[in-house]
Amino acid sequence: MTLHANTLDRRRLLQGMTLGGLGLTFAGQASAATSSGRPKLVAVIARGAMDGLSVTAPHQDPAYQTLRGGVALPPPGTANGTLALESGFGLHPALAGMHGLYGDGRMRFAPAVSLPTRIRSHFDAQDVLESGGAHLNQSDTGWLNRALEAAGGRGLSIGAQTPLIMRGPAETSSWAPGGRIGGQDRLASLLQDLYVEDRLLATNLARGLETEAQAQAGIMPGEAAPRRGDVSALGTSVARLMTGETGADVVAVSLDGWDTHTRQPAQMQARLTQLDQLLAGLRQGLGAEWERTVVVVATEFGRTARVNGTQGTDHGTASTLLLAGGAVKAGGLIGDWPGLSDAALFENRDLAPTLDIRSVFKGVLRDHLGVDRAALDGAVFPDSAREAPALAGLV
Amino acid sequence: MPPMDSRLDAAIALTRFGLGARVGEIETVAADPRGWLEGQISPTGAPVPQGEFPNSDQRILQFAEYREAASDARQLRRADAPISTAAALSPAMAGPMERPSAAQAAFDARRDERRNLVQDTAQEFLARARLGAETPDGFAERWALFWSNALTVSAAKFQSAVFIGQYEREAIRPNVFGRFESLLLAAESHPAMLLYLDQAQSIGPDSIAGQRRRAGLNENLAREILELHTVGADGGYAQADVTEFARALTGWSIAGQVGGRGMGAGAAGGARQNTRRASLRPVADVEGANGFAFRPILHEPGERTVMGKRYAASGAAQGEAILRDLAARPATARRLSQRIAAHFVADDPPPSLVSKLEATWTRTGGRLDEVARTLIASPEAWTPPTAKVKTPYEFIVSTHRAFGSAPQRVQGLQPALLTMGQPAWSPPSPEGWPDTAADWAGPDALVKRLEWASAAADAMRGRQEPLQIAEAALGGRLSDRTRTAVARAESRPEALTLLLMSPEFQRR
Repeated sequence: MTLHANTLDRRRLLQGMTLGGLGLTFAGQASAATSSGRPKLVAVIARGAMDGLSVTAPHQDPAYQTLRGGVALPPPGTANGTLALESGFGLHPALAGMHGLYGDGRMRFAPAVSLPTRIRSHFDAQDVLESGGAHLNQSDTGWLNRALEAAGGRGLSIGAQTPLIMRGPAETSSWAPGGRIGGQDRLASLLQDLYVEDRLLATNLARGLETEAQAQAGIMPGEAAPRRGDVSALGTSVARLMTGETGADVVAVSLDGWDTHTRQPAQMQARLTQLDQLLAGLRQGLGAEWERTVVVVATEFGRTARVNGTQGTDHGTASTLLLAGGAVKAGGLIGDWPGLSDAALFENRDLAPTLDIRSVFKGVLRDHLGVDRAALDGAVFPDSAREAPALAGLV
Repeated sequence: MPPMDSRLDAAIALTRFGLGARVGEIETVAADPRGWLEGQISPTGAPVPQGEFPNSDQRILQFAEYREAASDARQLRRADAPISTAAALSPAMAGPMERPSAAQAAFDARRDERRNLVQDTAQEFLARARLGAETPDGFAERWALFWSNALTVSAAKFQSAVFIGQYEREAIRPNVFGRFESLLLAAESHPAMLLYLDQAQSIGPDSIAGQRRRAGLNENLAREILELHTVGADGGYAQADVTEFARALTGWSIAGQVGGRGMGAGAAGGARQNTRRASLRPVADVEGANGFAFRPILHEPGERTVMGKRYAASGAAQGEAILRDLAARPATARRLSQRIAAHFVADDPPPSLVSKLEATWTRTGGRLDEVARTLIASPEAWTPPTAKVKTPYEFIVSTHRAFGSAPQRVQGLQPALLTMGQPAWSPPSPEGWPDTAADWAGPDALVKRLEWASAAADAMRGRQEPLQIAEAALGGRLSDRTRTAVARAESRPEALTLLLMSPEFQRR
């Protein structure tokens, strides 16, 4: 027993695997499963405000090195340097797998996106990011759920608790790595009788059991459990739930632990390694489905352009969004670079946004999932028609 | 048997205000449910878990030993690195697994110290769960858990995990029925909080230490106090207020050697020597209660302005004055009254109840005993519909109460909490555990609850009739439907599983 003493364990999702890890095994044969032919979307929410300037470092910007001091990344071609992207950007070296996708024209980056509102509170900003509102408290359901309601398809969230982005009118399921349940059919039906007047418990238990059965079906007896902290195993496991006729089409995964007020270089190295592993696992597990898949990695806001007094950064504004997957169109950079000069910084402290994050989401929903324009500008992202038109050519 | 209304009120008092009914409690409490609740409001606060646990001052010494061992291990590893490589390359001369003995000893010492620290915390968590399962004062316990979560420290960070038991015992529990400002001051100045939100590392850029080396402010604690502990994100402050408050809080640190060894701002020891050379004599560190120390050499000099009010340069008293003013702000009263009502009554509580709590808070200057009395006296808190879904911790504790047992081993408790989504003392962020039905009753969470309930029912060794257990646990809240299902079940485990998973047991 440990009390989640290290930083890795901050990530609830991983706790489920590393400590609760009750015999989770993975088949790695998902690619053999029949393909559904439907488009797949995975939304990875980096909770805690991911530092975009450490994900896609703007080496060409004359102010970058000065502002960042001890947390600046060395440029491509130097020791521990970033991996070269276009326009003078460099991808964090922990994202080597992602960089391979970039080389294949299957990864793109938007280095200065933000929410429509300027908020530096994690909790409020995550609410806006997930609800898809133009401002705080506009909606208590999530935009991914409303997109499913509009376009159809099966939704799934990973983790014991359904995140806001997946809550709403469309029925979705959830799954977390953990124990298994068996021979509970009778109990399940008795409980449904008890829950006739409790809709929340009735529908959620039914969905949970369905997903659990689905996850069990793919597990092969006698396989080794995944290594401690191995996120690629989580990726393949999630991929399994997305393949086959009844597989999920739209999935939300949260990665926690991006609030790097201190010791940022080490923390970013660890977090981004896990992100890269997650992507690798998804790609491997999805097999042929990967060609119809888009993964979007987004965070609630960025961090201060200047390093703080403790080798970290504080809450900021714009950050980087990443798109990856077989269905992504080649094209590299998305949006404009605002620059890091004092005058260009937002409130003389943060990277300034040049692109509303909703424009990217809307572009993906329209061109990938086929959500129509009326739904996009109405139910899915209310009050966004003028401020955040859907971006074309991403998928 | 007392009248039905009174048995229903007793069941509500025990399950909604408290942590569930133990056998016989509903009958006892039915005589005077409100009086039973009020009787738990004590000027000395909420009871503390039973057991021999170190206080913060002792804990600081233990932590210092651990850090010393860790630093020894690091240095030896560095020194031995070439030897290790050579050994690994020549397995004939030395097995690759073999460590040089000094490095091995240092490595073992570090591991043992760390394990001891974590074990202490784990044992105190078990003692706390046992208190929850056995206490006759379930309301005082829930009230304490509420405030601990409102002023969250998480064991997800090792440094704060070391002090989290001390935090609840020293800062939270004694103050939960006192004035809110006392609770707030005790919480923000405790080592657990200073470490959790990085305050111990924050250095005033123009302080004596700050001028000497490249180090500076960390806004984390200041921001979370404003956003999460007092006025809230819409409480009327701006970025400049956060920064000013952060400057005022510089110097808030941890007593003893620990602060000087890098656990805190790190500058203390070295800076003191340098200062001697420069024949400057800084004001000495001031040690306070529960392991708090104010280190003047880290403190940003000068007056500060926070939310329109100026605070003269006054050392530790500057941050304290700002905290007292934040505690007294109307936005703080409003926000925390809302949270209390949302925790005790419904995710979306009746506005009239929130207004009553807020009025009492304002009238009494934040006296939490009076706020608790208002909650108990408000009819809105006693309406039968059960809106709140229990958290996994509450679910486990209330199961023990219903079964007349208590958790015995942390190795059994921790994995259960983990799979249901609430690992021990480890909320995912400074916001604390979420507090709505949607957060806890997701599809996967319910499956995990069913698995645990089924295992708990299998393991239940008592011989009472399941129906009697159901009556004793839920009293007037037991529905005919659940009563019938429990009575008709095909086995004792099945009956008990149905009871534990029934809507009236899952909710409160």
